[in-house]
Amino acid sequence: MLKSRTFLKKTRAGGVMKIVREHYLRDDIGCGASGCAACGSAHEGPVLEPQPLDRVSSLCPQPHYLLPDTNVLLHQIDVLEDPAIRNVIVLQTVLQEVRNRSAPVYKRIRDATNNQEKHFYTFTNEHHRETYVEQLQGETSNDRNDRAIRVAAKWYNEHLKKMSAENQLRVIFITNDRKNKEKAIEEGIPAFTCEEYVKSLTANPELIDRLACLSEEGNEIDSGKIIFSEHLPLSKLQQGIKSGAYLQGTFRASRENYLEATVWVHGDTEDNKEIILQGLKNLNRAIHEDIVAVELLPKNQWVAPSSVVLLDEGQNEDDMEKEEERECTLKTAVSEKMLKPTGRVVGIIRRNWRPYCGMLSKSDIKESRRHLFTPADKRIPRIRIETRQASTLEGQRIIVAIDGWPRNSRYPNGHFVKNLGEVGDKETETEVLLLEHDVPHQPFSQAVLSLLPKMPWSITEKDMKNREDLRHLCVCSVDPPGCTDIDDALHCRELENGNLEVGVHIADVSYFIRPGNALDQESARRGTTVYLCEKRIDMVPELLSSNLCSLRSNVDRLAFSCIWEMNHNAEILKTRFTKSVINSKASLTYAEAQMRIDSSTMNDSITTSLRGLNKLAKILKKGRIENGALTLSSPEVRFHMDSETHDPIDLQTKELRETNSMVEEFMLLANISVAKKIHEEFSEHALLRKHPAPPPSNYEILVKAAKSKNLEIKTDTAKALADSLDQADSLTFPYLNTLLRILATRCMMQAVYFCSGMDTDFHHYGLASPIYTHFTSPIRRYADIIVHRLLAVAVGADCTYPELTEKHKLAELCKNLNFRHKMAQYAQRASVAFHTQLFFKSKGIVSEEAYILFVRKNALVVLIPKYGLEGTVFFEEKDKPKPRLTYDDEIPSLKIEDTVFHIFDKVKVKIMLDSSNLQHQKIRMSLVEPQIPGISVPTDTSNMDISEPETKKKKLQK
Amino acid sequence: MAGLELLSDQGYRVDGRRAGELRKIQARMGVFAQADGSAYIEQGNTKALAVVYGPHEIRGSRARALPDRALVNCQYSSATFSTGERKRRPHGDRKSCEMGLQLRQTFEAAVLTQLHPRSQIDIYVQVLQADGGTYAACVNAATLAVLDAGIPMRDFVCACSAGFVDGTALADLSHVEEAAGGPQLALALLPSSGQIALLEMDARLHEDQLEQVLETAAQAARDVHTLLDRVVRQHVQEASILLGD
Repeated sequence: MLKSRTFLKKTRAGGVMKIVREHYLRDDIGCGASGCAACGSAHEGPVLEPQPLDRVSSLCPQPHYLLPDTNVLLHQIDVLEDPAIRNVIVLQTVLQEVRNRSAPVYKRIRDATNNQEKHFYTFTNEHHRETYVEQLQGETSNDRNDRAIRVAAKWYNEHLKKMSAENQLRVIFITNDRKNKEKAIEEGIPAFTCEEYVKSLTANPELIDRLACLSEEGNEIDSGKIIFSEHLPLSKLQQGIKSGAYLQGTFRASRENYLEATVWVHGDTEDNKEIILQGLKNLNRAIHEDIVAVELLPKNQWVAPSSVVLLDEGQNEDDMEKEEERECTLKTAVSEKMLKPTGRVVGIIRRNWRPYCGMLSKSDIKESRRHLFTPADKRIPRIRIETRQASTLEGQRIIVAIDGWPRNSRYPNGHFVKNLGEVGDKETETEVLLLEHDVPHQPFSQAVLSLLPKMPWSITEKDMKNREDLRHLCVCSVDPPGCTDIDDALHCRELENGNLEVGVHIADVSYFIRPGNALDQESARRGTTVYLCEKRIDMVPELLSSNLCSLRSNVDRLAFSCIWEMNHNAEILKTRFTKSVINSKASLTYAEAQMRIDSSTMNDSITTSLRGLNKLAKILKKGRIENGALTLSSPEVRFHMDSETHDPIDLQTKELRETNSMVEEFMLLANISVAKKIHEEFSEHALLRKHPAPPPSNYEILVKAAKSKNLEIKTDTAKALADSLDQADSLTFPYLNTLLRILATRCMMQAVYFCSGMDTDFHHYGLASPIYTHFTSPIRRYADIIVHRLLAVAVGADCTYPELTEKHKLAELCKNLNFRHKMAQYAQRASVAFHTQLFFKSKGIVSEEAYILFVRKNALVVLIPKYGLEGTVFFEEKDKPKPRLTYDDEIPSLKIEDTVFHIFDKVKVKIMLDSSNLQHQKIRMSLVEPQIPGISVPTDTSNMDISEPETKKKKLQK
Repeated sequence: MAGLELLSDQGYRVDGRRAGELRKIQARMGVFAQADGSAYIEQGNTKALAVVYGPHEIRGSRARALPDRALVNCQYSSATFSTGERKRRPHGDRKSCEMGLQLRQTFEAAVLTQLHPRSQIDIYVQVLQADGGTYAACVNAATLAVLDAGIPMRDFVCACSAGFVDGTALADLSHVEEAAGGPQLALALLPSSGQIALLEMDARLHEDQLEQVLETAAQAARDVHTLLDRVVRQHVQEASILLGD
């Protein structure tokens, strides 16, 4: 069966080393066409349809298969993914090249290959006896691969001819390379460019828009002027990085200023961690998230991060002079000390492009087919696309992919991918923010749903194995109102020996989600449930999240219990973990629980249990704070929704009750206990959560801000910070403390999941705990499910499985979870921002008291406590004389005309929705008090022209 | 850069084999006339030479002699030119001591040592070119050499390595596959009885998957047996022609 010839493939890698590898050629690889007698015995089943008739091409009327080359696959993946394109042969040579060049495209092509509907077939041509080609002397590997592709195409055509002479099945070679195409036609292979072929598909004209427009030679000549310097080739970059001339890092565009970006340099060197890039030419076509190589500029050209807020708003693309003028505004004199390492991009190591959501800004010229597209993410530059349906796409949210950025173009070129729907429509906007934050939100697939237990479901005898019956205990749950996914419940009772028994019972989700199946994979991919203002994107199907796993009252539910024996001083004497069955006696809201505790008349078992818990929680909290745990603050808001239209009618900041902190305290305790247990049991592959201490430089802004109010904040340890925050109080300014805490929150690092075998630092800074994990919310976090599984193995209630004990797999999972958590947070914020806009749209213009949170060079960032809303007040506007602004970075203060603004100053601002720019509807704020002639707006709103002032508020005049 | 894909979606390995397939095996017996037994084997690019002396009287200290069975003495070495980079390999380093010990354990289990009490059997193995699976090649070469020497054995000892990538067990790992760092299992099998003479594994592998990898390795070892058996038969045939029978 193995008819093999041994080849010697000699390659030179690194130094001078000869590598000899065997390369077996086979004669049992099938062509993939069903009905092919010659390949009937091949291993894989036939994938390609015998009569691919669905495409009608004017160029090739016969039935045919497509065989694209590497560049077509890389650049035109959007076209290939279209359901209209089927029966494609992907060569192994092509697939390998794609794999080396772009991971995302590789993944997409694999998905397409796995999709039965698409009829994509991967032909292993490199191991096929008749299609393998050897590299010739003096032939580059690119040329060799091109030849290999042509040889395979030729083989296919001859092979299919043998199969059936009469039905004329053909393979069409698709390439955009002119020389390659010519050679192919010479060899008798029907070949077209992608554009020719797609245009010939008369039945599917919409595909043309999805074609990526690639910079052809012709295009480059006509718009002559070269704006950007050339990118260096990868080999030179690698040389430069090795010799230290260039630095490699991730490019991060600034949200606030399109002419500025920073590059995070990878590596451990303390200095030069962050490099500033300023000006379009220095940014040199890098796009947010790209991996780039930068060259440091000489010290005399170093700049300071500008505090100017600049938005790219120019319509015309040729006004480079204006651009340069704007760049000059960034470079105002600053003290020597402020200068930061500055550099310029010399080359791109890896692009990290993805499809972007946004809107079309139609070209001023009516007939023009080229339009600019403005992404929703401000860090992404605008993209030029070519489309004929501009008028239908106007006012719609669309998705666009970038194809390239030629040197002579101010904007990158791209192509249209998908239309999402009307802008401002709540459905569309939610879709946009989910897509923009990469939140998987499709409905659960049939494969996933088939794994759910059949209803009606009940606990059977078999389930009771390894499980303790705790149904007699007086367990209750305390959650926010309207919560349907209850994943924790508590109990507390006095034991005979006078000690207290406290139990935390967590929904046993890992009972329903078995490792490795589709349900498990889907939840692992989603990572977390995402809570938007009016929508919840579940991690697990609703049957589990709101019913079977939810610890509702008066039903038997499976749980994982963590039970402590404590004395009355809340010292833990014994800890025990067990799988259990519980029957919750009550599901309370925070308010209800608080009421029971406070009420003197209620003395039932639930209430006594709650009182016991509350008492212990207070002691625990005190102990924790003494240890240096931080109490931070963020302005959280909740919307009151109109029940009919689901529009927000009012918002309020979240209230905190004693019971909130009571539940939180026990959850923390459970998490810490579990973390200790699983780390003890699995020192190499416990999933833990850490919160690194922030570098001292993060605190600068906080210390400076406090100093301006004559307060001292110590930041050497968490304990010192917590203490000094507690002491930072001002009698005349009670809100100051909250503001300081909000600022402190901004200084913190992100907490992350990690695998204990891959790291040595376990410390959780914010909670001041040496070890921590997540155990208490398995319904909405995947990390907890893994922790449940680990703990179940540790207590002998379940058995282990391969992936659980592999630390690399676990580390990979952690990476995904961290990413999903971050994205979920951003999506949540974006959702709040959108609803805030809706709210102010209905409310009209409001003026409110606000505090200055940050001072920028030409703007103030303010916080409005009433709405928990943060916004920027700009002082430079188009078509208005510029005010005199003097910015002092040392104190952070901004002097406008004659008024000085400091951080934490109280101001009054007017809030309104600015709909003048449909692209980005935004909340616009302007200063009302203190009054500065010519700058602050009058309290009277009659001369406002921006939005409809229909519901003027009386309190403006107060 | 994406790393090397050891097993493609279509089920092909880097060198074009499928998961359970062996590399090409070629072997010869009786390559040296002066030794009692000798053999040369090629498994893909891994090439090994084995030479057997004995059974003969104990050399050196008589105290080492065993009253009830023969002493099996194994020595492993690898040629300076056996890898891509030329490297001096002193005798008696840790790796070759370990390999010698493993070979000794393997052959003590297979050779009928009780037939030759108070005597010694020497097995010398040298790897001429290493491309993964050196232990297996050494065992297979030594089996042929022992057979060539006419020393009675329970059965052939056939060895093969196996690895584990993405839920699939791979037989007969090449150097590229070994270097990727996954779990690796070396198995020496007495094929007709199915007894295991030696089983070694480095790196961690979950117990649920062990059986699958073990079965792949065992099947590969049985395949090796078929090939070695053919080599032995052919050698005997050639030898008998020479003798004029």
